[in-house]
Amino acid sequence: MSAAAQADNTPSFGDAELTHDHLVEERLVAWYLLAGLAYLFISMAGGLLMALQLVQWNPLPINEYLSPGRWRMVHTNAIAYGFLANCFLGALHWAIPRLTLKPVLNRALSYFIFIAWQVVVVSTAVGILMGQAQGVEWAETPVWIDPLALAGLALVAINFMAPIVQTKGPQYVTLWYFMAAFVWTFLTYAMGNFVPEYFVSGTSAGAIGGLFIHDLVGLFVTPLAWGLMYYFVPILLKKPIWSHGLSLVGFWGLAFFYPLNGIHHFLFTPIPDFLEYGAIVATIAVEFVVTTVIINFFGTLWGSGRAVVTNLPIRWFYTGMVLYFITCAQCAMQVTHTFQKLIHYTDWVVGHAHLVMFGVFSMWFFGMMTYLFPRLMRQSWYSRALCEWHYWLSLAGITVMFIDLTLAGIFQGFYWASLQPWEVSVDGSQPFWIVRVFAGLAIMGGQMVFVYNLWKTWRLSKQVA
Amino acid sequence: MFESKSGILLIAGLGFFLFSVLSNALVPVLLYKNLPEKTVEELADNQNLIYQFEDLSQRYPEQFEKYYGEPDQKNLAAALRLGRDLYVGEGCWHCHSQNVRPVSNESTRWGKVASSDEYQNELNRPVMWGTRRVGPDLSREGGRRGNDWQAVHLFNPQSLSPGSPMPKYEWFFDDKNPSMPNKRGIAVITYIQWLGSWLEEYPYYEDYKPLEDQMLNPLE
Repeated sequence: MSAAAQADNTPSFGDAELTHDHLVEERLVAWYLLAGLAYLFISMAGGLLMALQLVQWNPLPINEYLSPGRWRMVHTNAIAYGFLANCFLGALHWAIPRLTLKPVLNRALSYFIFIAWQVVVVSTAVGILMGQAQGVEWAETPVWIDPLALAGLALVAINFMAPIVQTKGPQYVTLWYFMAAFVWTFLTYAMGNFVPEYFVSGTSAGAIGGLFIHDLVGLFVTPLAWGLMYYFVPILLKKPIWSHGLSLVGFWGLAFFYPLNGIHHFLFTPIPDFLEYGAIVATIAVEFVVTTVIINFFGTLWGSGRAVVTNLPIRWFYTGMVLYFITCAQCAMQVTHTFQKLIHYTDWVVGHAHLVMFGVFSMWFFGMMTYLFPRLMRQSWYSRALCEWHYWLSLAGITVMFIDLTLAGIFQGFYWASLQPWEVSVDGSQPFWIVRVFAGLAIMGGQMVFVYNLWKTWRLSKQVA
Repeated sequence: MFESKSGILLIAGLGFFLFSVLSNALVPVLLYKNLPEKTVEELADNQNLIYQFEDLSQRYPEQFEKYYGEPDQKNLAAALRLGRDLYVGEGCWHCHSQNVRPVSNESTRWGKVASSDEYQNELNRPVMWGTRRVGPDLSREGGRRGNDWQAVHLFNPQSLSPGSPMPKYEWFFDDKNPSMPNKRGIAVITYIQWLGSWLEEYPYYEDYKPLEDQMLNPLE
């Protein structure tokens, strides 16, 4: 945002109050991003353990706290609540005050939320490792943590809504996504962590569990992530989003169709067919909405294409968008009964999940980190080459993993349908599972390069000071 | 409206979310309103399951006596509840589904296609249809194999299923001995034997057919 725009929007503020330092608590942004990275490594450790278990090379002693079954849940929960949620909070502490030109409600509250959220995430991991998980995917959070997590989400919403409610007139696209996400995340968490466990059972619980799994991706991660893209991409490319009309279509289309998708996770279950078809149609509708968003962002890039080569954050962002389009195109196909017959319950779905969680949202965060860390440390990256390694190892790893697991899923589906003994599908999966271990190691290697680069950059920043 | 705070918070945030809950969650709840939800005590009143529970008490008399006492219905209900909690807590449901689909020859492999009445009970809060099958579906597993098979398989899956990627669950046993399932071990085995025990075609270990015969293509 230009200085002129700042002056226009906030006539009542003195210049002193409009400085970046007044708006953004940089230390907190850095803490959130670093916490996110720490959980990313915990999650990758869990993923690696499960991958090694599948190829029957689990190096750890047999111990219930090291059980791959429990670490598999730590893997997914650490990504959702540890890595993604922390990175979101860090990025929001940067973006919202700079966009609204108002600080968040209260700095002390911000720090309290930071600590409270780490307590929530660590307790979730400990609870799962103690064997107290609950039975809904991504809602495994033990029941005694759920109220605390909900209170935390409410505080987050209050803290960030304070600057947003002070702004006047129509809001910028980013804030549409953020505001909706604050409402949705709270409602989604409350629905998924209580209703199917305590209020309904059986088929109804399954339908609600499906809504929860999907809403967590679609109404918590997706809107916050797209909101950040609408914020960072125009700043980095130094031009406005291509079409405001398409931004409107993208937001309202997502808001209407995305919540209706949930049941597509449980096709061919006892859920009535008319509800399954409703979810299928809504899912295919989402794909059309996503296409408008992708067109809008590539329209924005048009004429600045070289930025993808020279500007690393832009490259991360647009790589993520291409993979997002692939994910959604794949989704529109795999959501049909035709595909479901073959690929449901196979590694195809696991490949899809990794593509969206790592290939899209994690990549966007790596882009944001590549942009933000030099600004937080007042020090440019120690090594551009290592940044390139981070990018190419991550991209190679996820590409191989996605193709590998997708193929594995097709093989598994045909093994099962052809009524061969179960072991045949397990034996036939081994080559794919072995490749997956190495793809995962490439991804881990990329993140290790990133952390090393970050550490060297931090050392440099201390020397300069 | 489309760019204002109230429009976004109320229409997109609250309104669309509530619409999705009404259409996708409330509709099934209302559809199954008249299907009574069974308690665990009602589920325990099942001859197939009582047979398995008594079998456990005879196969592992000291262990059973120590942790459960008598194989009565009250203890059976307690074992079912604990077994279900362990099945959830260990993440069994992440690699084993509980849903036989009407496609992909699944009813030939496992038996009756899943229906809502099977899931309308306290142990299906939440339902564990699952999203991935590394191992086979377990909703028809009960009675297919004996309690001794289940115990040894939990202790060391590879000893009975060579090449199986399933982790070992030694903490379900005392003294690292597959003949000594502890409270948790007996509970998990009871829960597994419960799966499918409500069906007419619940098989018994004594009727067990070799794997090759089970897997024969009936069309051949």
